[in-house]
Amino acid sequence: MSKIAFLVPLFPLLGFLINGLGRQRLSKSAVGMIGSGMIFLSFLTACFLFGQVYGAASVSGGAPINSVVTLFDFIKTEAFTIPFAFQVDQLSVLFLLIITGIGFLIHLYSTAYMKDEAPHHFARYFAYLNLFVFSMLLLVMGSNYVIMFIGWEGVGLCSYLLIGYWFKNGDYNYAAKKAFIMNRIGDLGFLLAVFWLIFKLGTVNYTDVFANVAQLSAFDITAITTLLFVGAMGKSAQIPLYTWLPDAMAGPTPVSALIHAATMVTAGIYMIARSNILYTMAPGTQTLVAIVGLATAIFAATIALKQNDIKKVLAYSTVSQLGYMFLGLGVGAYTGAVFHVMTHAFFKALLFLGAGSVIHAMHHEQDIRKMGNLKKYMPITHITFLLACLAIAGIPPFSGFFSKDEILVAAYSSNPLFYYIGVGGALMTAFYMFRLYTLTFLGQFRGTHDQEHHLHESPSAMTTPLIVLAVLSVLGGFIGIPAVFAENKHWLQQFLSPIFAESTKLAEAHHLSHTQEYLMMGVVTALIIAVIVFAVNSYKKYTGNDATEETGVGKILLNKWYVDELYNSIIVNPLHNLAGLFKNVVEKSGIDGAVNGVGKLVQYGSRQLRLIQSGQVASYVLIMILSMVIFFIVWFNDLTIMRFINKIF
Amino acid sequence: MITLLLIITPLIAGLMAFVLKQGSSAKTFALLASIATLVLALVAVFTPGELGYDIAWLNNLGSRITLKADGMAKMLSLLTAVSFPLIFTAVHQNTYKNEQAFYGLMLLSQAGLMGVFLASDALLFYFFWELALIPVYFLCSLWGGEKRIAVTFKFFVYTFVGSLLMLIGLLFMYFQTADQSFSLESFYAVKLTAKQEMLMFWLFFIAFAIKMPIFPFHTWQPDAYEQSPTATTMVMSGIMVKMGVFAFIRWILPMFPNAAAQSANLVIILSIIGMIYASLIAIRQDDIKRMIAYSSIAHIGLMSAAMFTNNRTAIDGVMIQMFSHGVNVIGLWIIADLIEKQLGTRQMSQLGGLAQKAPVMSILLVVMALANVALPLTNAFIGEFLMFNGLFQYNMIMAAAAGISIILAAVYTLNMVQKVIYGDTNSFTDKATDIPFNVKLSLVIIALLILVFGVFPQPLLNLTGDTVSALFVKK
Repeated sequence: MSKIAFLVPLFPLLGFLINGLGRQRLSKSAVGMIGSGMIFLSFLTACFLFGQVYGAASVSGGAPINSVVTLFDFIKTEAFTIPFAFQVDQLSVLFLLIITGIGFLIHLYSTAYMKDEAPHHFARYFAYLNLFVFSMLLLVMGSNYVIMFIGWEGVGLCSYLLIGYWFKNGDYNYAAKKAFIMNRIGDLGFLLAVFWLIFKLGTVNYTDVFANVAQLSAFDITAITTLLFVGAMGKSAQIPLYTWLPDAMAGPTPVSALIHAATMVTAGIYMIARSNILYTMAPGTQTLVAIVGLATAIFAATIALKQNDIKKVLAYSTVSQLGYMFLGLGVGAYTGAVFHVMTHAFFKALLFLGAGSVIHAMHHEQDIRKMGNLKKYMPITHITFLLACLAIAGIPPFSGFFSKDEILVAAYSSNPLFYYIGVGGALMTAFYMFRLYTLTFLGQFRGTHDQEHHLHESPSAMTTPLIVLAVLSVLGGFIGIPAVFAENKHWLQQFLSPIFAESTKLAEAHHLSHTQEYLMMGVVTALIIAVIVFAVNSYKKYTGNDATEETGVGKILLNKWYVDELYNSIIVNPLHNLAGLFKNVVEKSGIDGAVNGVGKLVQYGSRQLRLIQSGQVASYVLIMILSMVIFFIVWFNDLTIMRFINKIF
Repeated sequence: MITLLLIITPLIAGLMAFVLKQGSSAKTFALLASIATLVLALVAVFTPGELGYDIAWLNNLGSRITLKADGMAKMLSLLTAVSFPLIFTAVHQNTYKNEQAFYGLMLLSQAGLMGVFLASDALLFYFFWELALIPVYFLCSLWGGEKRIAVTFKFFVYTFVGSLLMLIGLLFMYFQTADQSFSLESFYAVKLTAKQEMLMFWLFFIAFAIKMPIFPFHTWQPDAYEQSPTATTMVMSGIMVKMGVFAFIRWILPMFPNAAAQSANLVIILSIIGMIYASLIAIRQDDIKRMIAYSSIAHIGLMSAAMFTNNRTAIDGVMIQMFSHGVNVIGLWIIADLIEKQLGTRQMSQLGGLAQKAPVMSILLVVMALANVALPLTNAFIGEFLMFNGLFQYNMIMAAAAGISIILAAVYTLNMVQKVIYGDTNSFTDKATDIPFNVKLSLVIIALLILVFGVFPQPLLNLTGDTVSALFVKK
């Protein structure tokens, strides 16, 4: 039934090849058409697949759908076979829709946002963008961990290429390199987990691995899941491997939207949701995932409180929201985590594209202290941005409310402390988002006159995606209505239930009383509204004139807890110095010195023996032959040697 | 017969090149000869089963001209045969003084390499080993860089020590054979005492470890790679280091299985230290050529570690990696040579901005760089994946430690990419132009090989499957 699944990644690959190879010849409009059109074709194919999966699921009554499409054997050895195969089921199809749907909107937006680029750079940009989507599709569609790893490293490469898109700028290149290398640290963990699976089970296919988990010891499962999680830390920017993501905003703004919403960072969530049975069987790892996720959620939120770059605030908010998703995975709320991936994709794409619209209008100004009152000039951007802020803050009935609530309720069942800390993070989210909103759109304009003169709403190629995403951000939550409002109205849970069936069986079900759940929702919502009012009031009169230097905690937050500096001083610099020691000392005087020393010793010896006349090389040869003769005399009796000599002559 | 032709063709062509008239185009002649060899190699590869050739030679010594081409030999012949036309095409516009001699020596070296991979007789093997090396001494010392004499001397001493140790070992083994024969089968059949086996193992180990090179026998290599004419460097790093790997798998492992197993821990740890050590040094190199040299040492380290795991998958990985590494490193050298020829510098700190000046070269450099970091869907990923997998089954901790080199590879390779092609142009790179057609042709073929075998590695894995099976049956 899903024979055409291969078309989904094929279209973007074609787009990459056409735009990449034809970049000197194609016009900008052709490039834009091909780049966006290919993703749209993917999206249509994904819709078709979704229909198939949905139809099959309703026929089979919620049983898992066995739909692996094998293209060819990628690697086949005596010990194991890794097929190049795609898996089309409820989970992958959902991600396909998010990736291609939002991906398409971002492509469309880019045609206008990047229009000032030279044609061949414009084509290069779209080629990279297509390749990015292609890699992400491989990651999601692969039917085994190796195909996932191809996409896993592929998105790392594409982020590298796109973050460093403006390659003349050294800082951007540095950010690109940092992203790739940090991802590689995580990738090593992923790779070791794959080896571990091959070692113990002889397979990396999801269906075979999940069917045979019983063969794995508790230690194996814990180790495998932990190593996979290390991979997720890199890709999904969790402590301690998160510092690349905020720097990744060096790329063009639509790229940030793509990285933060549709591709790349959601890979870690997908991977764990896909491997849910392994994680459910490794409670130790689950706790680790929950704690790392929660810690990241809070930590990144504190940093976001003090950032002044519009994209930096959003970047840290992504890190923080990803933390919530991992919290959800860690407490077994797999559906909740996937749900939050989806709603987050809507409103984060919207926020970044809105930010891009602002930056576009402000002529590449990104400092929110120099903005203000943009609602007057950019009504569509303003309204859509506001809706996204409400969604991410978790105000009902916007989408973020439902997904965040689902995660927090599950966290409460697991450990009430997780819940309280999580709520604290949610309040910070509301604060920094409305600080951002107020400084950007309300108050008085604080930029230059020249900027003010040129302020304008963005063209329709940019505002259309904003409107579509705004609708999704507002309504997207209704596919997951919690049981407390209406029984059996959680469509997403029902749709995904076959994927998480085994885990659900193993997990103990906790149910809060309805009264308690209503109370929690009510109190949290009231608190969030209070924080929003406070944030708006605090910043709407901001004039940009209070040049007071940050001190104490504020300064630490502004400097992002000095984590980059810490990494530099405990890891980067020591390694750099060690490398220098190896290069300049060990290699020159140590190993080479020893070799030269032997050489000198031989020369000295030969000088003593007066064998130097014929030059250095000859003396070496002589010494060698002599020692050879001695060796043979020691090892053999003369008879053997005589026999040998007789043979020769 | 085809096996004999694989050796004879470059041998005769090499000798003919010397006597070509002055002014005639030796480089075109060499290119055509190497293409003829490539055709022969392709015929060999596509002929199923083991190919052989046998004729009497030094009968009273028990040595015959016995050639055998199993999967591994076919693959390495193919690597040799593919590499030379690529190299000759890429350097086609370079001028060498006394061109006839230069290309003659290159072809003689190719004949030697083919012989090493095909010989199934120890004495013949030794003969070809030297035939491959001796032209290189001349190529380095006559056409090399300014420090060529000192460097060639060092290179000579190292490899000469290696050759002698090997000769001693071969003669020792010869005396132990039941039928006083140099044939490979007789060598395999030799029964040694544990003490003798261990001694012989280390004798051969050092001989071949120098060639690969395995840490700490590597210090000749960066100097030699830097100072040799680039065409020769390509032969050395692309194909010659595989002589060492090949010799381990063909000779050492089957001859001394017990000693190899007992020494495995030590060798693997040494290799991993070498990987990390060389990777760290590569990070600090400013000279592109030395960076590639150290990066290559790190990659070879993984191969030597994998060989000793006694794991089938790891050996499969070594097999395919021999081919991939050979092709990929030649690609990197071609670019390094191009940059040096065009801009007069190899210092990365003096480069930058080539993405604007030479976009085609930059794209190809990025492809080579991605293969160098073994990104999935490049050919290098297959080999590294299989080797790491085998190493992991041997010892998880060692695999994790070796895995650090994956991260370091990204550091030094991206450093190079960033410094060479990104950033803004400067007085050195302002005069850069994009690549000439002949270089582009070579690089595009290499890029295609990287991608095609990265997506469809199975033909290569199947090709060498028989060698790997035989290795594990013998044990």
